[in-house]
Amino acid sequence: MATSLTTLQRWNLDKPLGTALLMLAIISLGVIFSASGKDVSITVAQLARLGIGFVVLFLVAQIHPDTLARWTPYIYLVGLVLLVIVLITGVIGKGAQRWLNLGLFSIQPSEIMKLAVPMMVAWYFSQQHLPATSKQVVIGAGIILLPTVLVAVQPDLGTALMIASSGAFVLFLAGMGWTLITGILILIAASTPLVWTYLLHDYQRNRVLTLFDPTADPLGTGYHTIQSMIAVGSGGIFGKGWLESSQARLDFLPESSTDFIFAVFAEEFGLFGIILLFSIFVFTAGRGIIIAAYAQETYTRLLAGSLALTFFLYFFVNIGMVTGILPVVGVPLPIISYGGSSVVTLMAGFGMLMSIHANRKIAQP
Amino acid sequence: MKLDIPIRDSFRESRVFSSRLTITVIGIAILCLILLVRLVYLQIVSYGHYETLSQKNRISSLPLPPVRGLILDRNGVVLAQNFPVYTLEVTPELVEDMETLIKDIGRLIEISASDLERFNKQRKKRPKFEPQILRTHLSDAEAARIAVKRPFMPGVELQTRLQRHYPLGTLGIHTLGYVARISEDDQQKIDTSRYRGTQYIGKLGIEKSYESILLGRVGIERNEVNAYGRKLREVSRIAPVAGKNLYLNIDTRLQALAEEALTGKRGAVVAIEPASGAVLTFASMPSYDPNQFVNGIDQASYKSLLDNIDKPLINRALNGQYAPGSTIKPFLGLAGLALGKITHTSEVNCKGWFSLPGSKHRFRDWKKTGHGITNIKKAITESCDVYFYTLATKLGVKLMTQALAPFGFGRKTGIDLALESKGLLPTQEWQNARNEPWYAGETVILGIGQGPILVTPLQLATATAMLANNGVRMQPILRFASENPVSHKINRFSPKVKSRLPDFVLQHLPIIREAMVNVVHGKKGTGRRIGWNAKYKIAGKTGTSQVKGIKQNEVYNRKLTPERFRDHALFIAYAPADDPKIAVAVIVENGEHGSSAAAPIARKLMDEYLLGSAS
Repeated sequence: MATSLTTLQRWNLDKPLGTALLMLAIISLGVIFSASGKDVSITVAQLARLGIGFVVLFLVAQIHPDTLARWTPYIYLVGLVLLVIVLITGVIGKGAQRWLNLGLFSIQPSEIMKLAVPMMVAWYFSQQHLPATSKQVVIGAGIILLPTVLVAVQPDLGTALMIASSGAFVLFLAGMGWTLITGILILIAASTPLVWTYLLHDYQRNRVLTLFDPTADPLGTGYHTIQSMIAVGSGGIFGKGWLESSQARLDFLPESSTDFIFAVFAEEFGLFGIILLFSIFVFTAGRGIIIAAYAQETYTRLLAGSLALTFFLYFFVNIGMVTGILPVVGVPLPIISYGGSSVVTLMAGFGMLMSIHANRKIAQP
Repeated sequence: MKLDIPIRDSFRESRVFSSRLTITVIGIAILCLILLVRLVYLQIVSYGHYETLSQKNRISSLPLPPVRGLILDRNGVVLAQNFPVYTLEVTPELVEDMETLIKDIGRLIEISASDLERFNKQRKKRPKFEPQILRTHLSDAEAARIAVKRPFMPGVELQTRLQRHYPLGTLGIHTLGYVARISEDDQQKIDTSRYRGTQYIGKLGIEKSYESILLGRVGIERNEVNAYGRKLREVSRIAPVAGKNLYLNIDTRLQALAEEALTGKRGAVVAIEPASGAVLTFASMPSYDPNQFVNGIDQASYKSLLDNIDKPLINRALNGQYAPGSTIKPFLGLAGLALGKITHTSEVNCKGWFSLPGSKHRFRDWKKTGHGITNIKKAITESCDVYFYTLATKLGVKLMTQALAPFGFGRKTGIDLALESKGLLPTQEWQNARNEPWYAGETVILGIGQGPILVTPLQLATATAMLANNGVRMQPILRFASENPVSHKINRFSPKVKSRLPDFVLQHLPIIREAMVNVVHGKKGTGRRIGWNAKYKIAGKTGTSQVKGIKQNEVYNRKLTPERFRDHALFIAYAPADDPKIAVAVIVENGEHGSSAAAPIARKLMDEYLLGSAS
């Protein structure tokens, strides 16, 4: 077995996953070039971030899953502390306190939590007998909710929900009982009015309301949704062609390079392009699920499964938001969107997946 | 610790994990399906809808209003121009508290009560998003004061606009008319696409008649804009085509002279070039300043114009209808000769009055002692009423009406101004409509241009020009030429013949023309006071139009008659008599005597026109 190791295998790199990620990276550069109005500096900046992302992926892939498991509680704790610090002394960015200025660079502690939460929950369950009991689920839920609440009050509802989801996936995969799942779903449904009334900010409420009638406030909250739907719809089957997105080029579409980049892609490449993009995304998520299926240890399989599902969830929520079936929450399209931390976080996650796969134990029949 | 875990548990764990993984794969499939359905809906089902919206998003077209053509007189004197002015405009929609804002502005520049009233009036009538003018003609200092504070006053805009301006003020207003802001009524009538970006429309006079020539063609700048309408890039631009400059036949020198002569009076002067119908002077007094109408006149000023007893808003030259009095005599005389009711030698013994057979009623001559033996020439020269009473009874109302029509009486002259009055001839039709029988006495007084006969000064001038132009009636016309403001290519309008007198009438014309020369140059001519020192021959006819009927046995007493019931003074003339270049009709309301009140005005105009200001 060791004799036939290729270069890729020697460095724990997974060829299918790596290929898919490279393809997404190329698409990202192409669409950002177009969405930014042929801005070379922005495109180069994204290339740099993707480069850093791939370096991080490579580095993380070299960390053995057992090492990762050992570090997990500390990473989680550091993340929690940073979240608290950011709440107290956070730098104002976009009206929400998310960034922590470390002098040379800024970091978003919530990005750390995107990985730290599923790691921590997976680590917790790896210490327990499975399937998870109700008591374990409650503890797991606590591990999830603490950082979720800290992120939600920043306020960054989108990220908070993604963090909660990534943890919840672990709970689900760990075999959390169906009665409990049903009970929690009912609880969520019942608490919705309370959350709506007391916890959500006005702008958050408006975003949800907008979903039902974007035209109610066409230049306000509904604006993003209307403009992105126009961009997507006017793309048609074949699209307007690369660099021909009028919505983005004409500044109609805000955040066309970041959260709404899918609208630009849809406008330029149409339904055919979308099906291709979907295929790559589903393939990527699917590869993650296969890796999870191959993994034989509780920690690795739970973590791999959660990472794959979270990746898909990002994809789903972003596109749902752009096409007007989900409220506008600040969730970028993974890999494709222009943005710093999220690419690095994602790539770190894929690094973990590759490490898990490379270090899998061959399943016994 | 791991060693404690039984192998069976691991198995079970795997099974649970696998089943949960399977569920997630199904979940992923379902969610992907939802997205795809949504995308198919957006990109295939609703494609057309969103494509349209996308197009609308991208391009906004901005109208580029054309510059309105100038109006000039025949010598190039500018009568209407476009003048850049600072205007202070307020968009009501953007203002939270209008009262406070106006108070604030009032501290910076003066806002008069009439400014404010006009602004409030416009504000109520017009859509909220449309900027309304609060003040016009800001001085540089005022504009600077506003400019400094403007960032703190949302909705306030300082604009430099080309505003219509009539540099000569009241001069020629009844001809020129004016432009004003497009009203809602106008909106119904115009092709609004031609008026995109244009705020003014010709309301009256030449400004209205030649609106389509003066307006020009709107240009369009198509811009790519962002969602907030901000211009990003110009896509295409169709430059506006400026309106054509319009040269009028009006001669400002004559116009000014006529208006000056009528100052303090009520009246009208129309001068026409007989050969072409070119209207050289078209004056009506009193007048008003058109500039106050351009941005909407305030109620008080408008009311004072409306209520003014002298009716300055009425265009007397076009719409003033007067009994022609004795000025009708040359025309009736020509009719009598042509129809064989009289010859040039037919005589009437004028004893100072006329009676119908079997009636005691005496129709008096203006000259109590009478004119004695009178033929047609003498009758016109001395304006013998009895001669024309007699002629009138010979002709009868029907023939008189028929004979006067070819001169243009009782119908519109067709001048290039809207809302012209027709005057009145007692046609059969008119008699039928009247709830009174026709009295024989009415026929008699028709002979001296009284009774149910009304003419406008324009009709009188046109008919006079017809006599001067050997029986050819030209359509009176104000426009002279239009000029392309870019290429300066001039397009002259050609004169238009309206009608000609038939030969059987024309052959008697010289007698009438001779008689009219005698009016001015004859020893006993009624208009002789303007003829004695003239350097050219004038043919004319005086007239007096009764305002108040004088009862039988009553004597017209000037002192006892209030001014406004005094007779109107009329005078028609053309000159030089042998080669007429100008025909004039003058009416001075309550001026009493054509010879003294009206004729000198005609003389002044003819002197100016024929001899130049040197005389």
